[in-house]
Amino acid sequence: MVKILITLIPLFPLFGFLFLGAGFRSLPRRIVSVTGPGTILASFLLTLILFFDFQRNGIPQIHLIFNWLTVGPLVIGFEFLTDPLSLLMMLVVTGVGFLIHWYSVGYMKDDPGYNRFFAYMNLFVFFMLLLVMGANYLIMFIGWEGVGLCSYLLIGFWFRNQDYNNAAKKAFIMNRIGDLGFLLGMFLLFTTFGSLNFREIFEKATPMEAGEPVMVAITLLLFIGAVGKSAQIPLYTWLPDAMAGPTPVSALIHAATMVTAGVYMVARSNILYVLSPVTQIVMGSVALATAIFAASIALFQNDIKKILAYSTISQLGYMFAALSVGAFTGAMFHLTTHAFFKALLFLGAGSVIHALGGEHNIRKMGGLRKKMPATWWTFLIATLAISGIPPLSGFFSKDEILIHALDHSAWMWFILFIGALMTAFYMFRLLWLTFFGAFRGTDDQHHHLHESPGVMTVPLILLAFLTAVGGFMNIPGIFGGNSLLAQFLAPVFAGSKYHPMPVTRISHTTEWMIIGITLAAVIAVIAWSYHHFVKREKGFLPDQAHRNFLVNLISQKYYVDELYELIIVKPLLWLSTILHRIIEVGFIDRIINSFGNLVVRTGNTLRYIQTGNVGFYMFIMILGIILMLFLNILI
Amino acid sequence: MTAIPIDYYLIFCSILFCTGVIGVLIKRNALVILMSIELMINSINLLLAAFAAYTNDPAGQIFVFFIMVVAAAEVAIGLAIIVLIYRTTHSIDIHVLNKLKW
Amino acid sequence: MLTLVIILVPLVLSLAVFGARTEKNVRMLALAGSLVEFGVVVAAFIQFKTSCHCNLLFNAEWFSMTMFSLRLGLDGISLLLVAMTAFLVPLIILSTFSHHYENPQAFYSLIFLMEMALTGVFSAYDGLIFYIFWELALIPAWFICALWGGTDRIRITFKFFVYTFTGSLFMLLALIWLFLKTPEPHSFSFGALTRAMLSPAEQSWIFAAFFLAFAIKIPVFPFHTWQPDTYTESPPAGSMLLAGIMLKMGIFGMIRWMLPLTPLAMQQWAPVVLILAVTGIVYASVIAIRQSDLKRLVAYSSIAHVGLIAAGVFAFSQQAMQGAIIQMVSHGINVVGLFIILDIIERRTGTRVVGELGGLANRVPLLAAFFMIILLGSIALPLTNGFVGEFLLLIGIFGTHPVMAAIAGLTIIFGAVYMLWMYQRTMLGPEQVSYSEIRDLTPAELAALIPIVVMIFWIGIFPSFFLDTALPDVIRLLQYLR
Repeated sequence: MVKILITLIPLFPLFGFLFLGAGFRSLPRRIVSVTGPGTILASFLLTLILFFDFQRNGIPQIHLIFNWLTVGPLVIGFEFLTDPLSLLMMLVVTGVGFLIHWYSVGYMKDDPGYNRFFAYMNLFVFFMLLLVMGANYLIMFIGWEGVGLCSYLLIGFWFRNQDYNNAAKKAFIMNRIGDLGFLLGMFLLFTTFGSLNFREIFEKATPMEAGEPVMVAITLLLFIGAVGKSAQIPLYTWLPDAMAGPTPVSALIHAATMVTAGVYMVARSNILYVLSPVTQIVMGSVALATAIFAASIALFQNDIKKILAYSTISQLGYMFAALSVGAFTGAMFHLTTHAFFKALLFLGAGSVIHALGGEHNIRKMGGLRKKMPATWWTFLIATLAISGIPPLSGFFSKDEILIHALDHSAWMWFILFIGALMTAFYMFRLLWLTFFGAFRGTDDQHHHLHESPGVMTVPLILLAFLTAVGGFMNIPGIFGGNSLLAQFLAPVFAGSKYHPMPVTRISHTTEWMIIGITLAAVIAVIAWSYHHFVKREKGFLPDQAHRNFLVNLISQKYYVDELYELIIVKPLLWLSTILHRIIEVGFIDRIINSFGNLVVRTGNTLRYIQTGNVGFYMFIMILGIILMLFLNILI
Repeated sequence: MTAIPIDYYLIFCSILFCTGVIGVLIKRNALVILMSIELMINSINLLLAAFAAYTNDPAGQIFVFFIMVVAAAEVAIGLAIIVLIYRTTHSIDIHVLNKLKW
Repeated sequence: MLTLVIILVPLVLSLAVFGARTEKNVRMLALAGSLVEFGVVVAAFIQFKTSCHCNLLFNAEWFSMTMFSLRLGLDGISLLLVAMTAFLVPLIILSTFSHHYENPQAFYSLIFLMEMALTGVFSAYDGLIFYIFWELALIPAWFICALWGGTDRIRITFKFFVYTFTGSLFMLLALIWLFLKTPEPHSFSFGALTRAMLSPAEQSWIFAAFFLAFAIKIPVFPFHTWQPDTYTESPPAGSMLLAGIMLKMGIFGMIRWMLPLTPLAMQQWAPVVLILAVTGIVYASVIAIRQSDLKRLVAYSSIAHVGLIAAGVFAFSQQAMQGAIIQMVSHGINVVGLFIILDIIERRTGTRVVGELGGLANRVPLLAAFFMIILLGSIALPLTNGFVGEFLLLIGIFGTHPVMAAIAGLTIIFGAVYMLWMYQRTMLGPEQVSYSEIRDLTPAELAALIPIVVMIFWIGIFPSFFLDTALPDVIRLLQYLR
């Protein structure tokens, strides 16, 4: 029974894709509006059934669908895994995915590519499900690359614009760079453990000693894949550019699900990562750097979606920081709550953009809260959550990460703490500038300003509800809760030597103090931002104003894109031209052609023997005969 | 009477042969070239007959007969060709016949 | 018996097409004939799979002279390649339907002659027969390229012919030497040749000779310079035959002939060949990025792909060998698909230069969709055929030469770069004004593209069907390395 369920769950979106894709020109809107979200809803309901079934008699199981390939010792099956981690991800993917599909029915209503959109979205959910349900690294990789493809198709959805296409291409190629690391990690896994299956690998890895070079190599290579997919430094620049896609795409792919695939992968491979402290240090460093770096860029961005994009990169840094200290449950918790409030933020932003006829710049917004109450209230809830205000979900998940960080090292906590303050600041800046103050757009926009239709606001409200209560799934002991999520996920992380322990070195008093300090600081930041942006109506300089060096550097995103262009793109194109002109045409081909030229030139020289003069021929004949006789005598 | 030593025949025929060869190489008149070829052939004939007498092996003389037949045939055809060439080019100078060049 | 039929059918067809008069009749006859050939091959395939997986040997002693006999047979590997050939030829013929060729009878006759030669190469069990069919494949290729090709066709075809021929002559020398080394009575047959005892030094020479011939044919860097020009100048059907099938002869030769005959030399020279092959992969991929002629871009990408296959052959692991075989089939299908798409684009818009194209997806979305699918197969997206081959190849090479595998893996990045760049410049972007009369895919074009897409996914999702066909023979071949 479970096997049927688990086969159907990814099949529904796949059939959705095939059906919608085949009829991308002919299917009427109404059928697409029902099918598109409908398949995801079906998957979600089946996942719920599976979830409750697992709760009752929960044994992680591997279900083999068919044998994919067998070459000697390499045996890979198309197999799915039901265990707490995969079920959690499946719920997030199908649940949030469904809400976003529902929302898109309204958001993409006037788009001529409506059918194509839902086809691609369904395909994405299919691949994402493969990724989280796979029982071996190869199935995960199939999903991994597949979501990269869907990301490409959806970022470049409005393909008439070459800038969007460039953004899509950039995303795909950066993903692919990470994928090479993932592939090499897989190969090394196979060479070391003889299998790609999770269960077999983890069983063989558990008794290994920590710090073995091969384990370091494997985990680093896999982490490179995660860096590409989850937009960490240095492979993050594709994510802000990916905002070129429709907003539901940004919500689903670049906030809730695809970019979290890296986090899922590391959490899944927790046994391996715990055995390699070097990688954890690397991962932690990258994560911390990313968290602060991206947050700092977000402070100065003016495009509503780009702020959210950099915020996502920063929050992903938080998740990886949690993973690097062994707080696997904390990372997954934050992944889930982040899915809720980030999707909500993006959909809310989409609502605003839709109402303003395509305006992205928050400088041209303002005072929207009166005309768009549902959007305003849900956006507020999400912003409070991401800033870590209790009792919203973001508070609990971020707090867990911060406490585990403090447990590991005070510096780590401090950096994440600063990051949290920055997060609160830029998010509330976004909130104040968009929803408060006077309207700064055109009169025409002001005239058409209205709240979004129900099909868009109901998902917002549902997501707001999840954002509000989502924290209660893992209330830590300090607040008298049972850490339900931790208990649920415990068997997944039990094998790693490093238990996601409750904080050991920090007393309850310290913990309360830290929470108090953090909360106070955040509220102070929020209050100051209110004062700065709303009361004093500051918050942005006109374009031509002179900025000091630091502000300029950050608002130009530290010129990282330009740097990549300079050190990677241009040299590559230059190398291509050089190889072609100098080596290919000038060198190799010349050698080959020289053989032919040699023959031609020799022939040109030798032909002068044919003088046509009979006397000359006779002379040569006689010479030849004499020569032959001579040689005959010699030999 | 004492037989002539074979050496004399050898030297004599070599001289004749070389004369013939030089004639073939130097002369421009096609008829003279043919005559030089005949000279070469005859010198060979003489040498063969001389060796046949010297070694008392009749094979040499029989070979002479063969060569004479071949020489006759070759002269006939050669003269025919020269006549045809003369009809076209009104000359039997071999340097006129140089059209088959590069 | 079936093997002989598989060879004879194209031969008969190449003569039969002269019977038809009008161009339409010739086309229909050619298409029908090629489908008949495909049917025969499918029958052979079924027989192979359902029986003991024995080689479908056919030995015609009555045709023998003292040295060689017409020895034909199909083992798992050759069967896959013959099936690929028989599958692709009808599609190639379909793709020519929108062209108007001068003297179509000759054209299709040459295609069938080539099919016969290619099938013969794959099914030869006798060294001399192998060589004869090998050279025989060049003749129709020369005519097709020289008579119906582009502007510079004579010079390019000549270069291609002489270059390839030179390599093959070395192979002939090597075969003759081997022949003389076989135990008495001398014979060219495969069994006899493998029993010729060679010292390691001799093996190196034989290896060098064979390698030259195969390396030029495949092509392996640095013997590849004939290829981009030839693919660009030849007519689309010619490029498809050359790129899709003919170059597989070289790899097939490496697997089936070089491995049993010169195993020691292969192992000795494997690092050198690996370096050459991997260099070729990176080199060709980087050059492809800047190409503006679409056909030339696909030609360079082809060099990169077959470089990987060649590297895999010299990795000597089961995974790499299986990867090589399946990638041969996948690459054949994908590259033919790409050339069909490029041909359609060129005919609709009149140009192959990237700078002059753009925004086609607005007009011909169906073409854009097929192009995208075939492109994904080419860049080895999982669930497509390209991925199965590349994955197996890379994991096989990684087992013995991890660094080489890592460098070769760069092809997945570069491949995405130039393929997506090509797609973006041709299909995406704003619509050009001159495209208002372009029609979407015709039924003939659809009929050519749909089987390709089906195979892309069939091999990608269910590879075991194909891998298991070749597996016993791969194991058998690898044992020669002991």
